[in-house]
Amino acid sequence: MATARDLRRRIKSIKSTQQITNAMKMVAAAKLRKAQERVIAARPFAGKIGEVLVRLITSSLEIIHPLLQVREPKNVCYVLISADRGLCGGYNANILRMNAGLLHDKPGSLVIVGRKGRDFFRRRGFDIKSEFVGLGDDIPFRVAKEIGQTLVDYYVKGIFDEVYLVFTEFKSAMTQKATTMKLLPVEPPKEGEKAAPVDYIYEPNLDELLAELLPKYIETTIYRALLESKASEQGARMTAMSSATNNASDIIDRLTLSLNRARQAAITKEISEIVGGANALD
Amino acid sequence: MADKNITVEIVTPERVVFSEPVDFVVVPGVEGYLGILPMHAPIVSGINNGIIKVITGGAQTKISTSGGFLEVNNDKVVILAETAERDDEIDVIRAKAARERAEQRLANRTADIDVARAELALRRALIRLKAVGQD
Repeated sequence: MATARDLRRRIKSIKSTQQITNAMKMVAAAKLRKAQERVIAARPFAGKIGEVLVRLITSSLEIIHPLLQVREPKNVCYVLISADRGLCGGYNANILRMNAGLLHDKPGSLVIVGRKGRDFFRRRGFDIKSEFVGLGDDIPFRVAKEIGQTLVDYYVKGIFDEVYLVFTEFKSAMTQKATTMKLLPVEPPKEGEKAAPVDYIYEPNLDELLAELLPKYIETTIYRALLESKASEQGARMTAMSSATNNASDIIDRLTLSLNRARQAAITKEISEIVGGANALD
Repeated sequence: MADKNITVEIVTPERVVFSEPVDFVVVPGVEGYLGILPMHAPIVSGINNGIIKVITGGAQTKISTSGGFLEVNNDKVVILAETAERDDEIDVIRAKAARERAEQRLANRTADIDVARAELALRRALIRLKAVGQD
């Protein structure tokens, strides 16, 4: 049986852990709100660039561009988006498991965002072509641009034949879903029914426009995945820290109960000893 | 024609900068400035860095941009810009500091200075200042 002193010590230690988890929960909630706003703010651009691309492709007869070229997928690349930090429930575990499964089915190389993913795959000796870590909570667009340029470069050189994006889709604060999406070769988004072709004037010309638009489309897609993953991370952290705080409350309640019992038992024992002693004197 | 107008949307990856019906818009296209009025033919064009001018009922808004795309279709103008700032959002002090820094870099060139980068920075700063009329 634990002594009263031990129990008090444990209660104190759990209380301070609870304070930390509670603070983390609140920080994550604030960051989640910001991350969600950013996801929403990024949507119009992603939508518009997709629309323009669809219209361009349906409006022109023949398009040849290296990023649209489909090759036999001999060298596959996975772009994994993970978090830099832990303590966010199953967030990292889910995305890492998914990527490990993909690598098992179709081996390939990796481009990794986030410390957790990098450490995991580096320890297992996978081929990491490039890594982007320590991006912080407010990811600027130029990061997506950098990643996009790296990938386009590799693709055009023929180092990769197919590129997949592995990220976490943000459904709500409570649910996040690990997803995979084909990034290269570009498969233009389908806009319901194909709109009637529009006879556009192109300045300077279609090829040059596509040469600018396609990489931008890829960058935008990566940016969206980065933002969604960040919002998911914060959501997962908030949920995990919230349940950690609740669990700490439960343990504290239980320990307080045992503490009170132990104290009462000690008092009862003392009284019975005194009574016993008094009786002995009679 | 007089009561017709066009909808202009200026969008960057980070946010929507401008979305309003306007009378007339001037855009720095890659092949020269483009003035777009209602009933313009469908066009897709690249945009250089420069200033977009939007005119609504005599009032003018200037938006500095660092390049992107323009699509006109059905009296809808969609501008997809890498960055864009309305004249009332531009941080004049920052832009001036950036101009000075870039000018200094270009004035005393040393081997380790990226001239192209400094020139681009200078151009960006100048465009921002021009948009607010402080050049």
